[in-house]
Amino acid sequence: MSLAALKSVIDAISAPTISFTILTVAFPFFFPPTDWFEKIHRKLGFWRLWTKKGGIIGLLLITAFFVLGYFDKNFNITLTKPDNFPIVLLIYSMFFYIWLGMYKAYQNDERLDAGLKPNEYNDPDDKVLVWPDLVYIEFIALILFQVFLIVWSILVAAPIEEPANPAATPNPSKAPWYFLGLQEMLVYFDPWLAGVVFPTMIILGLMAIPYMDINKKGDGYYTFKERRVGIFIFMYGWIVLWLFLIVIGTFFRGPNWNFFGPFEYWDTHKVVALNNVNLSELFWVKLLAKGLPSNILIRESLGFIAVFVYLFVLPVILIKTKLKGTYETYGPTRFVSLMIFGLGMLALPIKMYLRWAINLKYIVAIPEWFFNI
Amino acid sequence: MEKPDNKKPLLERMGESQVWKSIIRSGVPRTRRQRMHAILGSVFLHLHPARLPKHAVKVGYTWCMGGLSFFLFVNLTITGILLMFYYRPTVEYAFTDIIDLAEQVPLGIMRELHRWTAHAMVLIVWLHMVRVFMTGSYKPPREFNWGVGVILMTLTLLLSFTGYLLPWDQLAIWAVTVGSNMARATPFLGHEGPGAALLAIGDINLIHVGSDVRFALLGGRFVGEATLLRFYVLHCIGIPFIAMIFMAVHFWRIRKDGGISGPL
Ligand code: HEM
Repeated sequence: MSLAALKSVIDAISAPTISFTILTVAFPFFFPPTDWFEKIHRKLGFWRLWTKKGGIIGLLLITAFFVLGYFDKNFNITLTKPDNFPIVLLIYSMFFYIWLGMYKAYQNDERLDAGLKPNEYNDPDDKVLVWPDLVYIEFIALILFQVFLIVWSILVAAPIEEPANPAATPNPSKAPWYFLGLQEMLVYFDPWLAGVVFPTMIILGLMAIPYMDINKKGDGYYTFKERRVGIFIFMYGWIVLWLFLIVIGTFFRGPNWNFFGPFEYWDTHKVVALNNVNLSELFWVKLLAKGLPSNILIRESLGFIAVFVYLFVLPVILIKTKLKGTYETYGPTRFVSLMIFGLGMLALPIKMYLRWAINLKYIVAIPEWFFNI
Repeated sequence: MEKPDNKKPLLERMGESQVWKSIIRSGVPRTRRQRMHAILGSVFLHLHPARLPKHAVKVGYTWCMGGLSFFLFVNLTITGILLMFYYRPTVEYAFTDIIDLAEQVPLGIMRELHRWTAHAMVLIVWLHMVRVFMTGSYKPPREFNWGVGVILMTLTLLLSFTGYLLPWDQLAIWAVTVGSNMARATPFLGHEGPGAALLAIGDINLIHVGSDVRFALLGGRFVGEATLLRFYVLHCIGIPFIAMIFMAVHFWRIRKDGGISGPL
């Protein structure tokens, strides 16, 4: 395959529709949350990612991607923006450390299976002195990191653009990279959700983790098997719904926030047909072939019902059926929090797929009240 | 008074001098007792316990990430103070002061150091969170400290965000414009937020462009002179002050929750 063909393949699969789907579908096979996934994880060799070989191959693939990008005239522009360098570091370091955590977890899991204590275990009486054992490590870490920062600072000048000009809006205007996940959510949700409600829920949800996770095992050592559901949920949110969206927002969003593959030219005039419709239009106009009712509440009734069912009826059904056991062990308060944060988190992929599948703009659309969902 | 023995190595004699002993009271930490004392007797080092289980000092366990987060915070404070010598937070001077920092100031990499360290800190704090999650260290009795950590992470992001505006170039004002535009959609409190219209007395809206949260954040209807001053004050004093309080709680709680987590 020629290089150009390879690049266009990468461009094509980078589109959020495809890359997000691949990640989501592949995810449970890499972080298997149930026995069934675990079986396939073992059988098809997905577990090899968490071995030394897997880690090295992963790092090499990332490097190959960046090398290819560096020598590509289009990707080079985004890649070498000084403020995008942290994203390169982010991709490397997140991959490496998540790999390291899982690698250590798998080692411990084997020990636990063999009836041994985890690697971290040591005799409570056998302690080491902080001076010198820890103080020196800290000292060395500190010096190495300081050297790294100084070298980085000498090599890469901090960016400074034209003086501020409120009259000239750059296209695209991007938030700092660590907020690009939120800016990417703006494609699917209005600012009151993507910019206010979701960030609040992320912060509260993170803080609630220790109270929602009642699994006592796996405290103080790396393990996957003893906490597989917890790790699966956290990592899905962290890697796919946060880090991945940041990468999309940084590398793949060009003028007018249109999608561009990494090797594509950022064409300001790229035209993307905007044919998104609201649920109310789909229902009243397309399905019933009537006009939109003038009463707002009637117009949006279907959307309200959908949201109500999602937030209030679905959990009750789950309590009665699939999550009966969960409800009993977790109790009402924990279960309600799990539902609030779980359904909140799932709302993002659900809305993404509704947009991609049927061009759905809003489920509830009341621009009159700035209330669009 | 004992006469110094000139045959002993210099370092050793220094360790026995009155000056040294007045600073580090246990002398050169050589015996087990002295080494423990070196930690306990120092206001900085006594954040640590004197002894730790073996796994807790291994880089492989903590990845050093919490310690590095703190180190980067200190680093940013120092480079930040140096930057404050030169930088004036006004629309007239901000941009040119930044240019001068690179062109006129000897060893002009302070701005680079500050900016890249800030980016690195966001990454390092995230990696610290991943480590704490992967070792299950948020489980009882450390639930509260995890929450303190989440607040510290939020503060780290806010510090980065407020600092982003200060160079007052196109990158800065537009990134902050995009970011703070969201505030206008805050439910009830933003003038384009759902429910804001409900907060009215008769015909008079309480929440409008000139009174909503975005206005409070920016000190105006758009990113301008007042915003620059507000972000400067928040960036240099307000948020670091809050962050320091939470860090003190964080470190205190690590010790009180039984030190670094480990298997039983
Ligand atoms: C400015 C940010 C932060 C600083 C300076 C900081 C500093 C530290 C330090 C020095 C430790 C000692 C152990 C280690 O190095 O890993 C620690 C432990 C801990 N941190 Fe943080 N941290 C920060 C943010 C966070 C965040 C974002 C979280 C979680 C969301 C968090 C949760 C914890 C917990 C639960 C422990 C105890 C870990 C254990 O016992 O194994 N911290 N932190």
